[in-house]
Amino acid sequence: MIGNFPYVAVAILIGLGFYTLIFKKNLIKIAIGITLIECGANLFLITLGYRKGSVAPIYTQAPEGMNMVLPTPQALTLTSIVIGVATTALILSIAMIIYKKYGTINTDEVRRLKE
Amino acid sequence: MSSILTHSPALVMALPLLAAFLTPVVGRFNRKILGWFISAILGLTLGITILMAIQILTNGSMIYVFGGGDAGLTLPSGYTVPIRIIFHIDGMGIFMGLITAVVSFLAAIYSLSFMQKESGLEKYYALLLLLATGMFGMEFTGDIFNFFVFLEIASISSVALIAFRSNFSGEPAEAGFKYMVVSSISALMVLFAIGLFYGQYDVLNMATIASVMQFTQLDKIALILLVTVLSMKAGSVPMHMWTPDAYSEAPAAITMVLVAASQASLYALFRVCFSLYNISLNTVTIGWIIIILGVLSMFIGVTMAIIQKDIKRLMAYHAISQTGYMLLGVGVGLAVLANPVALNSFGIKAMEGSIFHIMNHAMYKGLLFLTAGALFYRTGTRDLNKMGGLANNMFYTTIFFIIGAAAIAGIPPFNGFASKLMIYESVYKFNPLLSIIAMLVSILTLASFVKVFHSAFLGPKLEQYKKVQEVPKSMLFAMATLACIIVLFGLFPDVIVKNLVHPAVMALINQTNYTATILGGI
Amino acid sequence: MIGLLETGSGYWNAITWVIMVIAVGAAVIWLRNHGEDKYKKDTDQTKPFLSGNPEISKEDSHVSASHIYWGFTEALKHYYQPLIKLHTGNINDYSGWIVLVMAIIFIVVGVS
Repeated sequence: MIGNFPYVAVAILIGLGFYTLIFKKNLIKIAIGITLIECGANLFLITLGYRKGSVAPIYTQAPEGMNMVLPTPQALTLTSIVIGVATTALILSIAMIIYKKYGTINTDEVRRLKE
Repeated sequence: MSSILTHSPALVMALPLLAAFLTPVVGRFNRKILGWFISAILGLTLGITILMAIQILTNGSMIYVFGGGDAGLTLPSGYTVPIRIIFHIDGMGIFMGLITAVVSFLAAIYSLSFMQKESGLEKYYALLLLLATGMFGMEFTGDIFNFFVFLEIASISSVALIAFRSNFSGEPAEAGFKYMVVSSISALMVLFAIGLFYGQYDVLNMATIASVMQFTQLDKIALILLVTVLSMKAGSVPMHMWTPDAYSEAPAAITMVLVAASQASLYALFRVCFSLYNISLNTVTIGWIIIILGVLSMFIGVTMAIIQKDIKRLMAYHAISQTGYMLLGVGVGLAVLANPVALNSFGIKAMEGSIFHIMNHAMYKGLLFLTAGALFYRTGTRDLNKMGGLANNMFYTTIFFIIGAAAIAGIPPFNGFASKLMIYESVYKFNPLLSIIAMLVSILTLASFVKVFHSAFLGPKLEQYKKVQEVPKSMLFAMATLACIIVLFGLFPDVIVKNLVHPAVMALINQTNYTATILGGI
Repeated sequence: MIGLLETGSGYWNAITWVIMVIAVGAAVIWLRNHGEDKYKKDTDQTKPFLSGNPEISKEDSHVSASHIYWGFTEALKHYYQPLIKLHTGNINDYSGWIVLVMAIIFIVVGVS
């Protein structure tokens, strides 16, 4: 039962992320919402990589006789975190440009492109 | 020569990727040769892609293992999985790769004069190269996590390109923001689906996942996530609202590449449905979901296009509507996938029609966006109300526009007619109503392009456009190449269908072949 | 035969079509060149007839883009009004549509 807690956390994070994306009117908060979904996905990957009784796959540091986990999920998560940083940086800088040009970051007003 | 061929999958990726990071350096020394440098790189990439296409179409699919050696890797514990990054290029992958190569090369040529007056050109070209890399990666990779990485590379670079012109107004930044949000959602949902696959099967290679696919509840969830977000990235109604924003605000050459980028997502959708799941999924349900998305896209896309005033927004809505045709044909193929009789009698034809339509659409929609860019280059506006009488000044652009508009409206003998006819006649056997809707949409397409033609090109010379001239030669060259491709494809559609499209469809349908090429190596 | 495309229920050959168009077009032009003996140049016969009103100059008679298909959109007003209302341009709605479609597909696939 307690082993499923990370998955519950994943569901809560992704749910909160989508809630933020749909109901929050601030562009910065939308960026935060995307980051929340990303954290959920990363936590999900990391949780998949956990195996009871195994140690982290650091070859020189591993205790004798213990199993090391396959480091693929960790590698995936690292890649996805790096991509996430790029995404967040880009989205925040674009929000900055929008604020400069429009003078607002309210999504109800940032909609000159419609129909 | 043969070593170029052996390493061609890596070269096609490496050339634009490395050149992208070389671009700021070249731009620092000499701004004038920058555009030619990029065009040369992308031309070289196009050449290698064509070589690779000849190789694949004669000798079957190509596998390239990064890090060398065999596809399989045995851990000391005796655990055997294809754990390295593998490029797995079959008929469908190279078909999309050719589109990407042609479109990005022509975008670079067109940008030579189109972007000449802009500042920050080295960033523009670096991002264009990265976008090309991302698209090639999405189309060639055989590893699902690698696919996620390339999806993100393509979307981040395209966001930066959409927002490229935000020096003067905020609209490009707004379009970029919207595209960034939706593409981040899609990429993260793809990542979540990858997690679901990895948690169950401990592998990331698509062929290996396909061979052990059980279609459990988790696989169903992964399928739903992938189908939704990938069809969103392809721009299907009702998740299409980002498309007109992004397409209209990006520079014209980039819009052409963005069309190809959203088709790369469409390719990924087909790859997931056919190669990853194939008949293990409930083909009738998923097939009908794709058909309904397609019909909605066709109809709502074209009716929204008729009332547009901005020329590029109008064309963007047509891009949505044409994507509907592709979804319709492939959806029909998917719906009858488990029924060999129906598949042979019309399913394969429907898929051939819509896969052929992907290539045709990339060409004529690219041409139309380029003509819209040419009008913007000379008149400085995208508003159709302010245009008029431009046929007097811009003879070649008018000719190219007519060719593109005739092709998109499905007027013979251009290429759009050939693929649409294949879709109509094969879908008619599946469900006549769908075919009739498709024809109606084609008529409305013609109607809205008559509107563009009338308001932009026809009529007397307007006072403010008395001094407008024809666009520079490099822009004309890019448009002329696309126009030639359209006419040739229209006159000899059977050659293309037999040599390029049929292998692509067979590569999609035949899942055992897809898995066997990878797993045979273990 | 080159250019012959099988389309599922029939065949399509663009080259034959082009040859046909050229043949028919040549016939039409041949007929047209025979002329019409009732036609007289530079008389009132060649002018457009607008219910007796004088002809508007070409510069003023150009219909701009917004007015083309006015009748079409007016007739389909009840279809267009809600459709345009849906395209809000609000980023929150974009995300909402994705979640909504995802939920619908979820239900459809789950039920079947």
